[in-house]
Amino acid sequence: MKDFEYMAPKTVKEALSLLSQYQNETKIIAGGQSMLVVMRQGLLAPEYVIDIKALSELDYIKYDEGEGLRIGALTTHRDIEKSPVIMKRFRVLSEMERNLATIQTRNWGTIGGNLCHGDPAGDPAPIFIVLNAKLKLISQGKERIIEMENFSKDMLEVDLHPGEMLSEIQIGNPKPHTGVAHEKLMVMQGDAGIVGAAVSITLKSGNGICEDARIAVSNAASVPLRAKEAEKRLVGKTITPPLLDEVCQVASQEADPPADVHGSAEYRKEMIKVFVRRAAAKALERAKEG
Amino acid sequence: MKGEPKEIRLIVNGKVYELRVKPKTLLNDVLRKDLKLTGTKRGCLESTCGVCTVILDKKAVRSCSILAVQANGHEITTIEGLAEGDKLHPIQEAFVNHGAIECGFCIPGRVMMAKALLDENPDPTREEVRIAMQGVLCADVGYVKQIEAVEIAAEKMRGGE
Repeated sequence: MKDFEYMAPKTVKEALSLLSQYQNETKIIAGGQSMLVVMRQGLLAPEYVIDIKALSELDYIKYDEGEGLRIGALTTHRDIEKSPVIMKRFRVLSEMERNLATIQTRNWGTIGGNLCHGDPAGDPAPIFIVLNAKLKLISQGKERIIEMENFSKDMLEVDLHPGEMLSEIQIGNPKPHTGVAHEKLMVMQGDAGIVGAAVSITLKSGNGICEDARIAVSNAASVPLRAKEAEKRLVGKTITPPLLDEVCQVASQEADPPADVHGSAEYRKEMIKVFVRRAAAKALERAKEG
Repeated sequence: MKGEPKEIRLIVNGKVYELRVKPKTLLNDVLRKDLKLTGTKRGCLESTCGVCTVILDKKAVRSCSILAVQANGHEITTIEGLAEGDKLHPIQEAFVNHGAIECGFCIPGRVMMAKALLDENPDPTREEVRIAMQGVLCADVGYVKQIEAVEIAAEKMRGGE
């Protein structure tokens, strides 16, 4: 690993001041569970590293009946997994965390670090996309809110301006009769997903017709892929097994997955069908329950 | 200045250490090279194998994937901190007596993983033990004995025989 200059601000204010001062060749480190790997591989060699891991101001999980869920960027994966309010109201996040990585990585790694790493194989981004999550990005004297869906720009690239950092993930309460599920293909529990699929389905009360659907797939393109054509096939229809077959075919056609040692592009396309279908079937079941 | 050493303070196995380390130094290097606590192993260096597992503020973490400067001010327990003199910790004792050690390379990490689990959850189900043990890979495929050893240790630590 190349040498760098290290700074550890004590407050968010101090961090933003350092970020505005060091805008070039600077990386923010949180848990570093992904970043240190790419730094050791020499893919990343920042001049300056600003360590925000210890900023407890951004380590929180808040829930409000009206506003929904707010997760501070420096909340660890393990705390999200174990949060009673998340287990009760957003169980898909708790389920996702159990499969995200090993316990040691989840103990130190943060949700914000995961999102800012911008890995299209990551699990949280597709789930936040189907949950319609928003991200609060802060810089000195400014803040902006963007949709999770627009955050990823390219492989390992996200929409963070110089001097800016992620402070919070915001998720509104889902509409009644909404079910959300995540399924991923992995060799062993806690491995990176070969592909993963998150699906949210909202049914109209009474007649069971699909009112809204969101599908997002990991490792299916250079960014977390929202399968919009597949979603359109669901909306306005009664969801039947043949319709789910069609939807997962369409999602697979929308994907342009990478090929690597874990699977060829063709294999991933096949598996996207399987995993979108599984996640959609589970989301539908959950939507019917509540 | 780039690479300029930083002063850090670590509490390792109850002892306070004041050190100067380069920012890129991994916690694993400080434990092994500076403090000569070589019980903690160095494996894949890419957060896959888990043999470098130590306990930081009561949680199992991978010492190869944390900068030493990030551990500043934190409390760390390594495998050397478990035995009391010649008396092995119940987890160590169970691993030895139950024949759960083959080549031994992953065992320090695995014992720390087991300790973090049992300190938080003294009566885990087999599934919970299995999930925790997944965090450390064993190239000898000795998982069954290791899982059983953790269960034996758990029972002893709860006060049973």
